[in-house]
Amino acid sequence: MRMSDLRKGDVVIIKGIKSDLVRAQAIRFGISEGNQVCVEEVLPKGPIVLRRGLMRYALGRNLTEQIIVEKAKVKKHG
Amino acid sequence: MAKRQNQAAATTTRVVLVGNPNSGKSVIFNSLTGMYVDVSNYPGTTVEITEARVGNRVYVDTPGVYGISAFNDEERVTRDVVLTADLILNVVNAVYLERDIFLTLQCIDMGLPVVVAVNMLDEAASQGLKVDLHLLSNLLGVPVVGTVAVLNKGFAELHAALEQPKTGIIGDYLRGAQGDLLAKLGSPAEVMLYLEDDKDIAKRHGLKPPGSREKTYLARKERVNAIVGQVVREDYSQTGFAAFLGKLMLKPLTGLPLLLGTLSAMYHILGVFIAGSIVGVTEERIMLGVYEPFVRRLVEGVFREGTLMWTVLVGEFGLLTMTATYVLGLLLPLVIGFYLLLAILEDSGYLPRIAVLLDSSLTSIGLNGRAVIPMILGFGCVTMAKITTRLLGTSRERLIAITLLAITIPCSAQLGVVVGLIGPLGWPYVVSYIGTIVATFLIIGTLLHRLLPGKSSDLLIDIPPLRLPRLGNVLKKTMNKSYMFLIEAAPLFALGALAITALELSGALVALQHFFAPLTVGWLGLPREAATAFIMGIVRRDFGAAGLAEMDLTAAQTVVSMVTITLFVPCIASVIVMFKERSFKEALVLWLSAFAIAFLVGGLVARVIF
Repeated sequence: MRMSDLRKGDVVIIKGIKSDLVRAQAIRFGISEGNQVCVEEVLPKGPIVLRRGLMRYALGRNLTEQIIVEKAKVKKHG
Repeated sequence: MAKRQNQAAATTTRVVLVGNPNSGKSVIFNSLTGMYVDVSNYPGTTVEITEARVGNRVYVDTPGVYGISAFNDEERVTRDVVLTADLILNVVNAVYLERDIFLTLQCIDMGLPVVVAVNMLDEAASQGLKVDLHLLSNLLGVPVVGTVAVLNKGFAELHAALEQPKTGIIGDYLRGAQGDLLAKLGSPAEVMLYLEDDKDIAKRHGLKPPGSREKTYLARKERVNAIVGQVVREDYSQTGFAAFLGKLMLKPLTGLPLLLGTLSAMYHILGVFIAGSIVGVTEERIMLGVYEPFVRRLVEGVFREGTLMWTVLVGEFGLLTMTATYVLGLLLPLVIGFYLLLAILEDSGYLPRIAVLLDSSLTSIGLNGRAVIPMILGFGCVTMAKITTRLLGTSRERLIAITLLAITIPCSAQLGVVVGLIGPLGWPYVVSYIGTIVATFLIIGTLLHRLLPGKSSDLLIDIPPLRLPRLGNVLKKTMNKSYMFLIEAAPLFALGALAITALELSGALVALQHFFAPLTVGWLGLPREAATAFIMGIVRRDFGAAGLAEMDLTAAQTVVSMVTITLFVPCIASVIVMFKERSFKEALVLWLSAFAIAFLVGGLVARVIF
């Protein structure tokens, strides 16, 4: 499924990021394919706020449509 | 290495500070050099390269970046500065090692001597994080020092470490690739940049980017995780009011009311308290009541009333009377007030949350949430804000942001005058002013988004924790920026005053007023003398606004004149920046469009309102 379809509270594993540039930027931030992230907030038609460890990130809506994710086996995180 | 150090000791060492936004790099630069630079909680304040010489070291500050990857202009600037370094002082945020060590490893992988300052150890401790600095130093192969820069802690150790820099352990992922490439490209730094697909570096050596960036990044990220996993021990359960409020700020349902509340509080402080009560004292009582009669008497001891020098110094547009009163009595209190509020906003970590909240609205005008930062800074000083647009991802976004800044965003000094004039007129007038400016902003933005070719980038930011701004930081920053305002504005004001006096004495002012009468009187419905204010506005819009403030205008005329002067051409300093950041052609087109749009919209408002 696409990251844009996620709802608040979902815990997912990132499977694929389409754009080369975005993938590289995301790696520098500490997010890459295979990482588990938690959806902290979804703004209507707006960005998605993710949490990974202590870090929080906001990703624009268009971007989230290009990121493929998979629901993680439910394991309480943080 | 040994050779390099000997050389450096004989001459000077260039210490380049590199760090992520929000790492406290600017505070460290400030403490090392004794100079004050911006200290901020959001990306993009240290936009210009600042250098300072202390003893045999030259410290160079760079923009806060997440990596040296040439993803935007700031990163390109940082790369070019780093390539001139004898030694890199890398500042990392102890709370976010997971994010910041990537850049650290990039610096080390460039084969340059590095010293790492792990900053904000106090904040990490308060979040239950413990960083093993000794182990970190061993894993990186370079000296590591813990600091709390805002409290001046760790500088003795830092100075000692700077005496003994070391090149670190280059990642396995790069070590194999050195041999032939090193001979060809000249330095390990350029080898790394080339292997990470830096287009400019590849081009410089007549090569094509090899397409190995992602592989290198992933391997480096693995190393980051391995290092952070070993050196950070965490024991946290972050709750508390700040975390709660931070969450509320992100949800539209609570975030928008909080934003509106913040803005209206700012309006009340700036527009009602400062523009009314404070300026009433500084402008009317002090400058007009005490200072001007005093300076007039002083000058009249030397030059007789009516002589040329008398007119230049203390006449209607006198250098010592009008210029001094406008700058010190009217504008300075407003500017100080605005920068104080802005500094609090910046240091609290609220700005990135506003960026998230407004992202979807900004997407419709071809920008993303990040553009909130230059836009809000624009309310402080449009000139500074234009430089900040470097943090935007594409040239297209920069053009849109610069255009909107140049035309529709009033700077603090001007905004203060506008608020002071329109505020007392009541809500219908306030709403029609704000409505007009916002509508113009949206129309220009939408048109540019539709017409300009290409695609804008998407929002991808990290959100720092909310924190209570430190008073010392906020005050220092406010003082520094207000001082910059004085330095920049006063000479331009003096120039403007001289020009107006010259125009008046030669009779050209009346001629110009007649010439522009169809525009000012016929189209805008203002008194003929308003032309003088607009001529002053060419130098700086706040100068023009101040001129209009002195005139006797009806409520409707006030709104029309304020709309026109807000949309009017940006100040001379800002035009120069536009010229430097973009091109002569773009700057000229923008300047002329601002002229046309200001009078067009002003006239339309006049048609509706009268």
